[in-house]
Amino acid sequence: MATTATHSHRPDDEHFLLEDERLVHGNLSFHDITELVSHHSEKTTPLGWYFAFAAALGGLGLLGLAIAYLVWNGTGVWGNNVPVGWGWPIVNFVFWVGIGHAGTLISAILFLFRQRWRTSINRAAEAMTLFAVACALLFPTFHVGRVWVIYWTLPLPNQMAMWPQFKSPLLWDVFAVSIYGTVSLLFWYVGLLPDLGTLRDRAVKQGRVLRAKIMQFFSLGWTGSNRHWRHYEKAYLILAGLATPLVLSVHSVVSFDFAVSIVPGWHTTIFPPYFVAGAIFSGFAMVQTLMIVARWVYGLENLITKDHLEKMNVIILVTGTIVGFAYITEFFIAWYSGVVYEQYAFLNRATGPYWWAYWIMMFCNLTLPQLFWIKSFRRKIWLMFLISITTNIGMWFERFVITVTSLHRDYLPSSWDYFSPTIWDLLLFIGSFGLFFTLFLLFLRFIPMVAISEVKNVTPQADPHFYHSHGDGHGALPPATPSVAHRTAASERDNEA
Amino acid sequence: MAIPIIGNLLQARADQNVGLLAEFSNPGELVEAVEAVRREGYTRIDTFSPFPIHGMDHAMGLPPSKLGYIVIGGGLTGCALAFLMQWYMGAGPQIGGLWTELQSYALNISGKPLFAIEPSVPIAFELTILLSALGAVGGMLALNGLPKPYNPLFYSERFGRASDDGFFLHVAEADKQFDQTGTAAMLRANGALAVEYISHEGAYDVNEDGSLVQTAAAPEPAPRPAPAH
Repeated sequence: MATTATHSHRPDDEHFLLEDERLVHGNLSFHDITELVSHHSEKTTPLGWYFAFAAALGGLGLLGLAIAYLVWNGTGVWGNNVPVGWGWPIVNFVFWVGIGHAGTLISAILFLFRQRWRTSINRAAEAMTLFAVACALLFPTFHVGRVWVIYWTLPLPNQMAMWPQFKSPLLWDVFAVSIYGTVSLLFWYVGLLPDLGTLRDRAVKQGRVLRAKIMQFFSLGWTGSNRHWRHYEKAYLILAGLATPLVLSVHSVVSFDFAVSIVPGWHTTIFPPYFVAGAIFSGFAMVQTLMIVARWVYGLENLITKDHLEKMNVIILVTGTIVGFAYITEFFIAWYSGVVYEQYAFLNRATGPYWWAYWIMMFCNLTLPQLFWIKSFRRKIWLMFLISITTNIGMWFERFVITVTSLHRDYLPSSWDYFSPTIWDLLLFIGSFGLFFTLFLLFLRFIPMVAISEVKNVTPQADPHFYHSHGDGHGALPPATPSVAHRTAASERDNEA
Repeated sequence: MAIPIIGNLLQARADQNVGLLAEFSNPGELVEAVEAVRREGYTRIDTFSPFPIHGMDHAMGLPPSKLGYIVIGGGLTGCALAFLMQWYMGAGPQIGGLWTELQSYALNISGKPLFAIEPSVPIAFELTILLSALGAVGGMLALNGLPKPYNPLFYSERFGRASDDGFFLHVAEADKQFDQTGTAAMLRANGALAVEYISHEGAYDVNEDGSLVQTAAAPEPAPRPAPAH
């Protein structure tokens, strides 16, 4: 194509940065990056996508079935019963909310820390966050029993002259999780604006009228004006600054559901930081699971490189170790407190009837990630895929251990019981994966899965100084075809070196 | 009174994208060109690029964004509203009568105070963040004048690459120094690959000799509002 020939902005010179040091591999020009990402939402839907989507829709169907049966019969269809009043619904809620933390962490916290490698994965991670939060909200919504009056959790005037109970962490959860979902959606959409503009311009060029109209609507008339970029970048920075404390607060509030109670094993001050670390741990693992598959299926190895995956593995190692350390600290504090109930609760976790769940959790969350101390393991795709899966299994069991082991042996031995889930617990959980993957597959199909404008911005050729020769500081290169200009700049740099 | 003012504002906004659009080959050239054009004394200029270019705000002489003020306004409002709401609903006045459903609902939980700062913090924090974030996004869109579905620049086929790999400099016709032929020649002298004239009627290629060749036309009578003055 003529455009590509006259406007190839490529980091042509090999000496500017070593290939390994670059965030984007494969000597891609700006246009190559646009093409690589956007054509996946423009081409005819591949057959494999339909198969995956059919499977996901099957899961979604199960969810519908599980919800219909649940709403018709009431929450008695679940395994929840005295003394374990909080069973799988709360376990699954915390599991999904935890996964939903990675997206905002990657987009906000890594942005503030100037971790430029985040640009390749932040879009997909944020999408994953939104979908995980949607799955999480399912569980408390239906756990209230009478889902048709779920609006009672909101401060709306009503005929009973009754307001929500603002001193309850459960109500704080309503605010925290729904606001987290809203702010994540805003953050995601703002990040998406320039890329929707890209898709719009491509659709116009391709003469696809309906697609162009849809993109025109959603891109809000974005032009890439520098006067707009100025406010846009400020908005993005502020949103990152706001989302950072928000993401830390959400799982802290979730942990208050437990920590504010007086149940042994729950009533601990370590919960907020320990829950947040666990959330990041599980969320990164989920991003890893999805990105390993997506980069392979969509051929994005040059944008989502092994270096990105390795960095994610380092975070998995760090947060996994923090979580493991917290498990051990809990034991120490139980012993040190001298409270027999507390000591019993923890001893019972490790050696009681749920010992198997406890040791699955320990093995998956603390032991397995330690493999990532070794660099070659951090770069092995099959191993990181395996660990990303075991991490989420381990993190699900962590929530199960916390919820069920603390409840199943009450102060009165006469009320002790062994919790077992029912088929409806299981179907609802499997169904939530159906919802998650349905949404994620729609995302992969219709929305650019990598932030195009952000990735362009971290390439060396995005820097205006790339086009100047080193040292003199002034004097633009003569107007020539850009690739020649780059080579001239490169050879001049070579001569100086 | 207010209507002509708003009309003028909208007019100014619609006209800010009427003028000459020049394409440059890369971000470095674009920054150089902006500096040159400003040295010539032009002020009503804008650049268009697929990503924010480092140093462009400085080159264009743009002041820092004022968005922060909108955001802090939103944040303070959210925080104040959250405390007020929790106090009013939990420990507020007992109005009664017609306003029954709006009176407070006092819940005595283990003899704890009906309202206290500490348990109100989480919700106050969350609402602070919510209103700040809405302020950031709404403020950004408002300051940018978005959504803006109609923009004469979209007539230009070349301009479609501003979201891919095109780098453009725009000089508005409203600029005091604007002179179609002279400005076009100046842009070329500063390395423009192509110069176009964009108006509400369509897009025109500006040739080396200053002649215009229409490349795209507005689909129907131009949606230009009648001049307010």
